[in-house]
Amino acid sequence: MLGRSPPGGRDKRARAAAARGAIPWPLTIPALLAALFLLVPLAGLLVRAPWVGLPGILADSQVRQALRLSLVCASAATAVSLAVGVPLAWVLARSRARGISVLRALVTLPLVLPPVVGGVALLLAFGRQGILGRLLDEWTGITLPFTTAGVIIAETFVAMPFLVITVEGAFRAADRGFEEAAATLGASRLTVFRTVTLPLIGPSLLAGTVLCWARALGEFGATITFAGNFPGRTQTMPLAVYLALESDPEAAVALSLVLLVVSIVVLVGLRDRWLNVGPAA
Amino acid sequence: MRRSVLTLSLTVVAAAGLLLGCGSSSTPAASSSKPSAPGSSSASVSGTVNVFAAASLKEAFTQLGNQFEAAHPGAKVVFNFGPSSGLATQINQGAPADVFASASTKNMSQVVDGGQATSPSDFASNVMEIAVPVKNPAGITALSDLARSGVKVALCQAAVPCGATAAKVFTNAKLTVTPVTQEVDVKAVLTKVTLGEVDAGVVYVTDVRAAGAKVKGIEIPADVNASTKYPIATLTKAPNKATAQAFTDYVLSAEGASVLTAAGFAKP
Repeated sequence: MLGRSPPGGRDKRARAAAARGAIPWPLTIPALLAALFLLVPLAGLLVRAPWVGLPGILADSQVRQALRLSLVCASAATAVSLAVGVPLAWVLARSRARGISVLRALVTLPLVLPPVVGGVALLLAFGRQGILGRLLDEWTGITLPFTTAGVIIAETFVAMPFLVITVEGAFRAADRGFEEAAATLGASRLTVFRTVTLPLIGPSLLAGTVLCWARALGEFGATITFAGNFPGRTQTMPLAVYLALESDPEAAVALSLVLLVVSIVVLVGLRDRWLNVGPAA
Repeated sequence: MRRSVLTLSLTVVAAAGLLLGCGSSSTPAASSSKPSAPGSSSASVSGTVNVFAAASLKEAFTQLGNQFEAAHPGAKVVFNFGPSSGLATQINQGAPADVFASASTKNMSQVVDGGQATSPSDFASNVMEIAVPVKNPAGITALSDLARSGVKVALCQAAVPCGATAAKVFTNAKLTVTPVTQEVDVKAVLTKVTLGEVDAGVVYVTDVRAAGAKVKGIEIPADVNASTKYPIATLTKAPNKATAQAFTDYVLSAEGASVLTAAGFAKP
């Protein structure tokens, strides 16, 4: 009929539009603002980068040292987090002991703690006068601050909770029926874990590992407080950028660009699996 | 146009008033359209002034700030202490500062070259000293002990004035000292020493004095010691020019000099 849509026609059109993938218009403006907010600084980095002098800056041995140190320490921190964090996540997900929820809250505290506070806490625990560090120094003469091991410890402290949280969620959501079936078929507990549980949480594990690695790579506050700053030994890329800002802003931009490229490579390389976080890929 | 002439005349009058030792009256703030007579300069000195100062000036300048605020009710001094090199970069990038006090001429030149200041004046100078934890675990007694293997030394980063001056000291003494950490500013070095994480740090004499019982100081002989000059300038784009200039003049005045001398600074 002229001038009048059929009853329910508007709903039907909206459903059809949603099925096509069209975005409801009240969402487009906030979404656009959010995207711009996140992308304009990156664009600023690319636009203002000293492209002409870039090869010279990147050939500097101090820059290469910082990059190598960053990559090595982030990877080591992730390895440590995997080795002890996955078991912790398993315990948090599956244990029925009392106080587990308190434990969960405490071990995820570094997630919300400001990193510098984490660095101070690490000094008080593992520093030369720290509660454990003092014993370590007296018995073995080893001190952790100002060493590469100290950098790895600082990065593990801030990054491991990311892994634990992600993996714990996956353990909880994993269907135990598969594990039980494998057990009834005669598989040992280790075999069940290796062949059934781990593949089930695979995508979450990968996403958690990437998150952990990225967080460790970008760590600054805890590193500079606990491990100090020395080129080649404890001066990671974020520290190098911060210090370069004071004397040579162009070098700081160049270093930031390098970190940006590394991050993009990692994220793009894992994008499909990153987006499919969940118990079943 | 008129306002800038009036601001300039107010600034000159305020400076004259301060130099004459006036400024303790609490006359209500007059409107800025009338030039005030010498003696009631406190009316034009009000509002907040942001002072970017080298970390080593923390204690002395905090005291100067309190004294300035007491002399000029209505004025508030807010400090941003940090490494002079970092502060200079911030100012050149547009940070809203009124006054800059640097621990070296080099960082002030950065700001002058960036067009943010015009005529700095030296107000103090400082020399270096070794700071060790109270218990002195490594048994440091002289500068040469810092070059011993196994001794953990904290220095400032080379781009920061205290790092550059410490490097001069080592060159004078013909020593090679490899630190375990190059900290962001002199107070960070001092913290590592007070926490006992390092065996020694090279800081300014004023820092050792300010730390009091928390560290032990070991003098560096005058023939190898190096000094650094501290210039101060009101910034050209200062949001609160009149009060900023008043504070700068206060630091340069006899009263300011006495506070700095009491803290251990030497004359420029």
